[in-house]
Amino acid sequence: MSEVAVIDARRRWLALAPAYLVIGVFMVIPLMIMVAISFMEQNVYGGVFRVFSTDAYTQFLFQRDFDGNLVFNPAYLVILGRSVALAAAATAICVAVGFSVAWFIVRQPPRRRNLLVFLITIPFWTNLLVRAYAWVIILGRGGVIDSPFRALGLLGPDGTLGLLYTNTAILIGLTYTYLPLMVLPIYASLEKLDFRLVEAASDLYADKWWTMRQVVLPLAAPGVIAGAILVFVPALGDFISPNLLGGAKRLTLGSLVQFQFATARNWPFGAAVAVILLVFVMASLALYVRLTRKAGKAGQP
Amino acid sequence: MTVRILAAGAALAALAGAATAEELHIYNWTDYTAPELIEKFEAETGIDVIVDTYDTNETLLAKLKSGATGYDIVVPSQHFVKIMIQEGLLQKIDIKSMPNYANVDPRWKNPPWDPNQEYSVPWQWGSASFSYRADLYSGKGESLKEFFEPSEEVSGRLQVFASPDEVYNMANLYLGLPFCSEDPEDAKKVLALFQAQKPHVLTYSSEGMNDRLATGEVIMATHWNGYSLVGRREANPNIIYAYPKEGIVGWFDSLVVPVGASNVEAARKFMNFVMDPENIALQSNFAAYSNGIMGSEKYMDEALRTAPELNPPADVPVKFGEACSAEAQKLIERVWTQLLQ
Repeated sequence: MSEVAVIDARRRWLALAPAYLVIGVFMVIPLMIMVAISFMEQNVYGGVFRVFSTDAYTQFLFQRDFDGNLVFNPAYLVILGRSVALAAAATAICVAVGFSVAWFIVRQPPRRRNLLVFLITIPFWTNLLVRAYAWVIILGRGGVIDSPFRALGLLGPDGTLGLLYTNTAILIGLTYTYLPLMVLPIYASLEKLDFRLVEAASDLYADKWWTMRQVVLPLAAPGVIAGAILVFVPALGDFISPNLLGGAKRLTLGSLVQFQFATARNWPFGAAVAVILLVFVMASLALYVRLTRKAGKAGQP
Repeated sequence: MTVRILAAGAALAALAGAATAEELHIYNWTDYTAPELIEKFEAETGIDVIVDTYDTNETLLAKLKSGATGYDIVVPSQHFVKIMIQEGLLQKIDIKSMPNYANVDPRWKNPPWDPNQEYSVPWQWGSASFSYRADLYSGKGESLKEFFEPSEEVSGRLQVFASPDEVYNMANLYLGLPFCSEDPEDAKKVLALFQAQKPHVLTYSSEGMNDRLATGEVIMATHWNGYSLVGRREANPNIIYAYPKEGIVGWFDSLVVPVGASNVEAARKFMNFVMDPENIALQSNFAAYSNGIMGSEKYMDEALRTAPELNPPADVPVKFGEACSAEAQKLIERVWTQLLQ
């Protein structure tokens, strides 16, 4: 390597130093602390003993029965399964709704497009907790949804559709919260779409549905996949929707972590659940990389 | 309460040559320090009081264990007083020699969590039970059976705390089991009781009881006595705090001085100050909870003095939560996780 190249490399490193520092301080170190705590022993009064232990991970799958034997305990796997299912369902709904919305926006004149994208971001101006409480009022007994049914006599004066505190309510909450994160990346990839390709498809007698499947969807795939990751990952760890809208009647991974730290005082187990959550997220990101590679290839002429 | 900006101004004045003001750092629960009380203390002693807040005993304990110093007074609940003493986090203060100690109700002298009254001064106490809408419910809240095995009226309109701390002990009271049992058979009985109750539960939540009771979304909910009182006075006059015959679960917050406090003398002054009936009444009027000082009734608001929420009938036992062993704590956690899995 020539001297100039060495200096160049050094400069580059120096210029990047703040970025490394930020990533190190705000991401790597906290993550390492979390992993370290997950391998320590629980102090029942809060905190940990600095002794190596894999108890927290054993606890995820096994529990000691009353004779002290380790037996398989599916409780936490059930919680994991429920969280994945809820997050996946919310992601699917977001893809369906988000794609339609993004497509609608893209078909508008440019000036109105900007306004619509701007409107999509408005919910972010209000605190998430406040918005979740708004849904409690909308879905609750005698709320906005119950009222017209009562007025029409379809429900008794004290009747309710019973929407709040159900899995449906959790799904509504998750979809509502994360939908903008789906619309924006899909919009970004649709905006770049060359509409001459769509015209070409219809010139070649492709019907609308066929054009959508063969031309638009493959080109929008990176946006859809990015959106799916942006929705799935936070939905998996969300505990506001399950707690407020689901009535906290069933734990999800997010509320399980919160319970371990805030109530059960089992930091190692809480940290271990967070690590397991992290592994799931990384696995889905790895899937994303593979899918985008495929999508990239598919998008090539 | 000292406004931070004023404190900063005072610090500047000190730099300019004035004498530095003495400070007392209090670390207390959120919305739990009467401003009138602090103002009076500041006026009487010339000590500046700085209040910082937390929202769970666990947070307080974690903070003290992490070696945080600078707090002169903290306000743990009874079981955490015991844990903190065991963990060596508290200083011995000669409370019995304080002039106002004579005002402490004999009932609260030498409590089980501080048997020789070496560390703690009574602050506020209260209880957890359940409340109901008297106009929508035909029962009288006479037994925990009404809560754990609810009737048709209550089914689907019942709210239960989101954490097991108090509810678990309510179950123990109902089943006649000891608190902090290490016997898995006991845990199984509690779990069975919770599981039978669950289909009737609308939501597990430790907040919003008054809102839900007032709208009739729930007609029965686990509740704190002081908060239920607020609900009856401000949200709906039919919110009644139940005194079941099996008993209610008590909590008792005390003032203690952590190791590493920077102004023990000021802390002692404050402790003596709040054992004065007139002073502690300011706190009770603010937070709507009882105190342990004789004669404070005279200075309390009429509505509080006569409130049924703050005056449990003599025949209803008040049992205080204890610091459970690791074994017992794990059983509680297992029961709760199994319930919500």
